[in-house]
Amino acid sequence: MERTMNGLPFSFAGETLTALPSGALHWPARRLLCVSDLHLGKSERMARRGGPILPPYEARETLTRLDADIRATDPETVLCLGDSFDDLDAMRALEDLARAMLATLMAGRRWIWIEGNHDAGPVDLGGSHLQTHHDAPLSFRHIATPDATGEISGHYHPKARISLKARSLTRPCFLIDDQRLILPAYGTYTGGLHSHRPPLNTLMGPGARAILLANPPLAVPMPR
Amino acid sequence: MTALPPIIEDWFSQQGWHLHPHQRAMFDRSGDPALLLIAPTGGGKTMAGFLPTLAELAGDSHKGLHTLYVSPLKALAADIKRNLRRPVEEMGLPIRIEDRTGDTPQSRRKRQRADPPHILLTTPESLALLTSYEDAAHTFRGLKRIIVDEIHALAESKRGDQLFLALSRLETLAPGLRRVGLSATVEDPPALAQLLARAPDPCPILNADPGPDPDIAMLETAEHPPWSGGGGAYAIPAVLDQIRQHKTTLIFHNTRAQAEIFFHNLWLANEEGLPIGIHHGALAREQRERVEAAMVAGDLRAIVCTGTLDLGIDWGDVDLVIQVGAPKNVKRLVQRIGRANHRYNAPSKALLVPANRFEVVECVAALEAARAHALDGDPRGPGPLDVLCQHILIRAAAGPFDADTLYDEVKTVGAYADLPRTTFDRCLDFAATGGYALRAYDQWQRLVQRPDGMWQLRDPRGAARIRMNIGTITDSDKLKVQLKHRRGGKPLGEVEEAFAATLTQGDTFLIGGHIVRYEGLREMVVEVSRDKGRKPKIAVFSGTKFATSTQLSDRILAMFRQDGWPNLPPHTADWLALQREVSKLPERDRLLVETFPHDGLHHLCLYGFAGKNAQQTLGLLVTQRMEERGLNPMGFVATDYATLIWGLDPVTDPAPLLARDGLHQALEGWLAENAVMKRTFKTSAIVAGLIDRNSPGGKRKSGRQATFSTDILYDTLRKYDPGHLMLDITRQEAMRGLVDFGRIEQMLDRIGDRIDHLSLPRVTPLAAPLFLEVGKVPVKGSAEDVMIERERKALMDAAGLA
Repeated sequence: MERTMNGLPFSFAGETLTALPSGALHWPARRLLCVSDLHLGKSERMARRGGPILPPYEARETLTRLDADIRATDPETVLCLGDSFDDLDAMRALEDLARAMLATLMAGRRWIWIEGNHDAGPVDLGGSHLQTHHDAPLSFRHIATPDATGEISGHYHPKARISLKARSLTRPCFLIDDQRLILPAYGTYTGGLHSHRPPLNTLMGPGARAILLANPPLAVPMPR
Repeated sequence: MTALPPIIEDWFSQQGWHLHPHQRAMFDRSGDPALLLIAPTGGGKTMAGFLPTLAELAGDSHKGLHTLYVSPLKALAADIKRNLRRPVEEMGLPIRIEDRTGDTPQSRRKRQRADPPHILLTTPESLALLTSYEDAAHTFRGLKRIIVDEIHALAESKRGDQLFLALSRLETLAPGLRRVGLSATVEDPPALAQLLARAPDPCPILNADPGPDPDIAMLETAEHPPWSGGGGAYAIPAVLDQIRQHKTTLIFHNTRAQAEIFFHNLWLANEEGLPIGIHHGALAREQRERVEAAMVAGDLRAIVCTGTLDLGIDWGDVDLVIQVGAPKNVKRLVQRIGRANHRYNAPSKALLVPANRFEVVECVAALEAARAHALDGDPRGPGPLDVLCQHILIRAAAGPFDADTLYDEVKTVGAYADLPRTTFDRCLDFAATGGYALRAYDQWQRLVQRPDGMWQLRDPRGAARIRMNIGTITDSDKLKVQLKHRRGGKPLGEVEEAFAATLTQGDTFLIGGHIVRYEGLREMVVEVSRDKGRKPKIAVFSGTKFATSTQLSDRILAMFRQDGWPNLPPHTADWLALQREVSKLPERDRLLVETFPHDGLHHLCLYGFAGKNAQQTLGLLVTQRMEERGLNPMGFVATDYATLIWGLDPVTDPAPLLARDGLHQALEGWLAENAVMKRTFKTSAIVAGLIDRNSPGGKRKSGRQATFSTDILYDTLRKYDPGHLMLDITRQEAMRGLVDFGRIEQMLDRIGDRIDHLSLPRVTPLAAPLFLEVGKVPVKGSAEDVMIERERKALMDAAGLA
């Protein structure tokens, strides 16, 4: 049984954006869906490098969630904000099923791969390949820059811990202040960096908020 | 009768010592391939174990390793080294004795492999590590004897399974190896003997004179025990009295948290400043060693402790053991009592302090069982597969191997004697490729099969990773506690990650007997400062939770059948009589279910006597079924003997909630999503080598975004590969331990349809203490989202962000 996914609308740089419970960002005015840090092929890369042999199903799992978000928002453009693949070999080694799933998702849409620190270099799966994507008043890049405005980035996999009655809860989250918005990691095998840890705690300005992934997402003052 | 070499004989007469009969017998039978000695503490077990070694090494010019000694504690290895060196030096024997544990410096370890001593004292983990080197054959060549000390303690956990698997390797490397096990009193010596011997060979058992029966009683206190709780604080004055009257008192607690709280209260009441220490496994090593040294020196009058002092290190002149809280298990009680009067043939003296009214009953039942020498224990079942997976990896690290040969070797281990080849092959496949469906690419292989059929590591560098992750103790959930502003400074101990997650700045808690204030978390270290307060805000961090044994539960139920209770204190006897008057007392082959309204809610109390873990799981099962039936359960709390559930609607017919049908599907289905199952998975995943505890290159990556929760792996496997070996292992583990599903099944099988449902107007005497229990579990439908919804408005309003 699928539950209805309820997004949380908020405004950033004068635009109305929606944080989805999955960690994707929707920009209805441009019909754009943005996801960050998919890290497809992470299990393959770890195994290849002699690390633990983790269950190799994370690409399928990540793409299945992306498929649901695409169905729900019907975007013209899908923008992957970097570290879409755990490395370029992981992209090449992507299993056939995941490759086919990805091709289906890409069909009939504009697809933008932003370069990340894990997957710098061309992607041979089609779509356009950019370092930064500008669509005024917003700009999209993988790693936040110090003096940007209207900047949307990923990379840090932010998560935040809040205290509820007699228990605490940690969830991946969006971080937002006057200048920038940082997306949570969308990939299945991705951990997180607490909002109260450097560099996130210094990167984010006063009055920053965290939008925790939940259905619908929950906005709180960013825990520092 | 074989004669002792004169050099040893002379030394004994110089000391004015005579061999105990069991020491003599052990010596006479030293040629046996396997031999198990059961002897009480202080029975000269160690000498009984080593005497044949000393005799063989006295005349002979043996080269290399002769005897391997394995014990569960590093400290025990060091202790034995001290105690053994003295006679060896005084006899002038040319014997080299060394220990090797996780604390041994790298340089010495390396030398030990190339040039091993005659006697090497070690732990199961260090032994497993030794067998993982390519030169293991050289190290163990000529090995004659292995002594497994405290084998009863090892055999209860996966550490024992790992050790016995390592023995099967040693047997191949040093054929004809003789095995000796040294054990405290256990309920089933033949079962233990079978684990020690090479299966299916027999293993004779020698029993030392158990000595006089211990002098055990309940501690008389002026104040009555409270209705619930586990602190035993009411008994502090009486305990202090006992400390005054004895030389050294050991005060045992079942959990670290209880030990901390008790120590804190004892210290506050200790007006004359008696020297009292605390010792438990969550304290930093430095802290523990200080207490141990003070104890050996005889500087302490009492030590508040947990199971860490259960084992046989000679800590000086202990003349009284006090057990606070119900012992949960008769065998452990008897072993603990043995810690007093560490002298042969002197009765041990012990006092029990029930922490609450119900524990009075349990303590009396345990006393009666101890006096009747009726020990308890549950058979552990076949050897766990996660340990076998690790063993296969360890074997691979030592060099190429043949699967048939390894399988034959594993089958010589008692716990794995019936291992089917198909199961072995699944474990091998898991070790080799991760065991996933549809995976055959080269980069997914950890082990590869050579053209000649032998298996080996794909990348020889993998050996380092395997070695770094050897062991079956998983404490990856623990965080170190340190004083702030003292980088690398004073460690105080550890707390569980889950406990640390509940702390917010300013919270105070107890550790090492001191109140500390939580300051924050820095790189997985809990930073605290000293706090001057007298009362900690949060007192609980959980240690191991023991469930009351099946046998002890049965004794309690048998006691309930008595017409009256002259064997119980009047306050407790009256309480049981009142319960019988207004309701019923639970019976062994029936299940008493009480329902009653209280405080505007409907309550249901199930007296299953299945132990705390199983009663907890039962709470999950029953509330889930209540939810399905629209009975709106709101929460439950469990103890060793009952589960109390509350909700909005009354339960009129409890039978369907307890139906045996569909129980296993419940384990497969929603129960599998429970946090306890995920923890069970994580533990096995670490042991089996699915995830690393440590990785070469030392430190964790600085960015924590590199690591992710094992819960995700568990969910992914369940979704895409439900037949995976790791999930099978998780289900097997869930039958015991934290989930203890097996005990629920036993209970339901035993009661059949004999459910006594009593609908009562108010709370019953036996149910009343449950209302005061801590650890209430809220029932959450779609829990976290609901909680978030409730907090949403409040949070945003408070911050003015709405």
